[in-house]
Amino acid sequence: MHVVIIGAGEVGTSIAGSLAQSHDVVVIDIDSERADQLKYELDVMTLAGDGTASSTLQQAGIEETDMVIASTDDDRTNLVACETAKTLASPFTIARVKSVEYLRTWEITEKAFGVDFMVCSDLLSAENIVRIVGLPAAIDVDPFAGGCVQMAEFEVMEGSPVAGQTVAEADRFESLTFAGVFRDGELILPRGDTLIEAGDRTVVIGSPESVQDFATDIAPETTPGAADEIVIIGGSEIGYHTARLLENRGLKPRLIERDPERARQLAEELPNTLVMEHDATDTEFLAREHVDEADIVVAALDSDEKNLLVSMLAKRIGTDRIVAVVDSGDYVSLFEEIGIDIAINPRQVTAEEITRFTHEGVAENVAVLEDDQAEVLELELTDSSDFIGRTIQDIAGDIDADLVIGAVTRNRELVTPRGDTVLEAGDHLIVFVESSFIDELTSMV
Amino acid sequence: MAVVRVDWRASLDLTGQILLYLAGPLCFPLLVALYYGESTVPFLAAIAVTVVLGWSLRALPGEPGELGPREAFLAVALIWFLVAAVGAVPFFVAGVGIIAHPVDAMFEAMSGLTTTGATVLRDFSIHSRSILMWRQVLQWLGGLGILVLATAILSELGVGGAQLMETETQTRNVSKLTPRIAATARLIWGLYIGLTLLAVAVYYGLHLLNLAPNMGFYNAVAHALTSVSTAGFSPEPNSIGAFSPAIQWAVIPFMLVGSTSFVLLYFAINGEPMRLLRNEEFHFYLGVVATGSVIVGVALAVDPTVPFDTEATIRHAVFNVASIVTTTGYASADFELWSPAAKHVLFLCMFIGGMVGSTTCSIKSLRWLVALKAFKRNLFTSIHPEAVRPVRVSGNPVEEETIRDIYAYLLLSLVIFTLLTVFIVVDGTRAPTEVTEFEALGAAASTFLNIGPAFGDAGPYGTYATFPRSTRAVMIGLMWVGRIEIIPVLVLFTKAFWTS
Repeated sequence: MHVVIIGAGEVGTSIAGSLAQSHDVVVIDIDSERADQLKYELDVMTLAGDGTASSTLQQAGIEETDMVIASTDDDRTNLVACETAKTLASPFTIARVKSVEYLRTWEITEKAFGVDFMVCSDLLSAENIVRIVGLPAAIDVDPFAGGCVQMAEFEVMEGSPVAGQTVAEADRFESLTFAGVFRDGELILPRGDTLIEAGDRTVVIGSPESVQDFATDIAPETTPGAADEIVIIGGSEIGYHTARLLENRGLKPRLIERDPERARQLAEELPNTLVMEHDATDTEFLAREHVDEADIVVAALDSDEKNLLVSMLAKRIGTDRIVAVVDSGDYVSLFEEIGIDIAINPRQVTAEEITRFTHEGVAENVAVLEDDQAEVLELELTDSSDFIGRTIQDIAGDIDADLVIGAVTRNRELVTPRGDTVLEAGDHLIVFVESSFIDELTSMV
Repeated sequence: MAVVRVDWRASLDLTGQILLYLAGPLCFPLLVALYYGESTVPFLAAIAVTVVLGWSLRALPGEPGELGPREAFLAVALIWFLVAAVGAVPFFVAGVGIIAHPVDAMFEAMSGLTTTGATVLRDFSIHSRSILMWRQVLQWLGGLGILVLATAILSELGVGGAQLMETETQTRNVSKLTPRIAATARLIWGLYIGLTLLAVAVYYGLHLLNLAPNMGFYNAVAHALTSVSTAGFSPEPNSIGAFSPAIQWAVIPFMLVGSTSFVLLYFAINGEPMRLLRNEEFHFYLGVVATGSVIVGVALAVDPTVPFDTEATIRHAVFNVASIVTTTGYASADFELWSPAAKHVLFLCMFIGGMVGSTTCSIKSLRWLVALKAFKRNLFTSIHPEAVRPVRVSGNPVEEETIRDIYAYLLLSLVIFTLLTVFIVVDGTRAPTEVTEFEALGAAASTFLNIGPAFGDAGPYGTYATFPRSTRAVMIGLMWVGRIEIIPVLVLFTKAFWTS
């Protein structure tokens, strides 16, 4: 495969490094010194120039290119580069953005800006933090339909309250669907009377809040509940999205931000978060607000030094778990060495997501489970789909396959699927299906 | 001498223009007079006055400039005062009863235009039907605010119209339904006219069904004009008490709708009812009406002097509480005769008011709601001083500046109310009958907050004529100040307004 990467920063370099072994990679950077330097680090071709200019892209051989990855630090440069690449030829385009606004726009058609796959680094980092903080018991978590639906896979541990219950007993949440159970690596489609055993892996699909509630049922020890104290230090974009996603799960975090205007803005946008305006390095303040009794502290300030400082302070006053955002990839291991539980590097997370995508060719709206035995897919019903106007029960009876409709979203709102739910054009279905039936299913939609 | 920084010429020009337009509504009682064969002189005189005054204000030397914030303050204050003054001309010229005196003619007109509904009339039967109808028309004009009307008609006002509407209602950011403010004002007025016509149809319809023997066409029109406008004048000395229970029930929804935000009503009619039904101010306002009705109902039920009847007790409790909270000022019964408990609850209800952006007066539910929430927030921040917690109404954060404005407004209102009360008591010592403290409290709240009836002599079936004339003169000023929400008048008395 011929790949063009625009931007030789940390993200671009990291992606280029992992692709260079098996693909032809051209890296474009506006800084000629950086481009020269990279030639000696990686076995790739480098080009100094503006990645948004058609002349540069033609020079990089855009006509023969299979994939363009725009990974500079500037959102607009990345979007324009993808659009330019699409205008000149027809490669598959991947853009890295920071702003969630662009991601939301792109999600409307999944084609906007000439981008075929978009990775939002701030949101992705926040999702990672929330997964670690909110669902430590989950093996896999994937968002669907712009985040209003989630798929999560859990292993039922010895001693879990759910072990020994039937599916009907365990599935007591309004907007949650029990999609599948894997036992000893074999898929079992759950019926109401299926008994859940310790060691089973269960796949559930539902609203983030119901998934969180289910996690509390399945692993009450490790899953934070309403009583647990989560403190986010720093109102950066990552801090904001972390708080927002935790709110979506029914948790009420606290967020400490020093700048009065930013604090006010965050407080307006986060109704269920207690925003406090203060310098988080003030130990007297941390003690007065009982941050020492917090179960989890997330350090999301805008510099690594400050994050290091507050993490160490939190550690010293006795916080249980600390997650820190680390902007510079070199420091990740350093942070973890000095006792910070998890260090998240947004660039690394982004590079990993893009690399994973290029390897697996699997979009964000598909999750592959248990060695490709089953998949969870998001399907949009077009006007000509066979499913329109029919009830879920009716469709399920028609298809001779192991298939569970886990969730339906209509106009970006979750509709809990029931047997008598009638499907409409424009609905998004989040479907759990055995891999062998995927082709049959997609042909019907 | 300091240079005057207000383009007063622009304010006077607009005032003159509105006075010229006032000739239109004056034709309505004129037609009534012709129909009943009554004297047309009072109205012809008023038309002459308004045309001459309006024309001379416009003919003043100098070129009127742009209407900015200062000009809007001056124009709003002047327009409300001069329209009331012209409105007083027919009472004065007709020369019948107490309103032949200029102060009382002005009191009646100001009480009308500001939708207060406090009257100085003693014997209603001596006044002609056309004069009584003019009181109703004045209230209807004042209901939604004269300047909302002006903005609807004078589309050349443009952005100045938004400025005027904001000044008149003392709110930031008038909710625009359309990109053009004139079109928004027209939609709101269309809704107002529609609701008024519906009220005529319902009242007269009940008459035709023999459910309301006294509600002839004249009365149906007269009361429709003052129910949606939450104004409260009635050509009957016993207000709505003169009509059947069916009418009393029918008036309640019109008063309640009149005190509901017209913008939200517009959305509700156009298929977005949730914007109204989920609005916290709406919940607060209806909650006040419901709570007040229950307390008054219980007070009436346990009162041994009132004969108990389930339907009548509920009706009188709901009607009179709704009438006071919406600042209408109708009465279905003489609540002056009720127990002190019931009367004091009604007194407290005077301070609430309906929703912002409606025909209501008084302090308004939104201000109380924001103030209560801000106070609750202060209790929280006294424990967590660093917490940043925006006050939210219906989920939307309220700016801190707005909260400070509301605190200031509440304080200012209560200070003015207290001063007025003291003045009424002191001035009342010269009256033939003594003015008690509770009567003074009631009359002060009722005039300043534009409600209408009070207690004692000024009760719902009574008259303000027993107060000394000097008290009434002060009340004229306070009805005016209260209706345009204090600030536009007070600001005129600052040096900075004129020079800096």
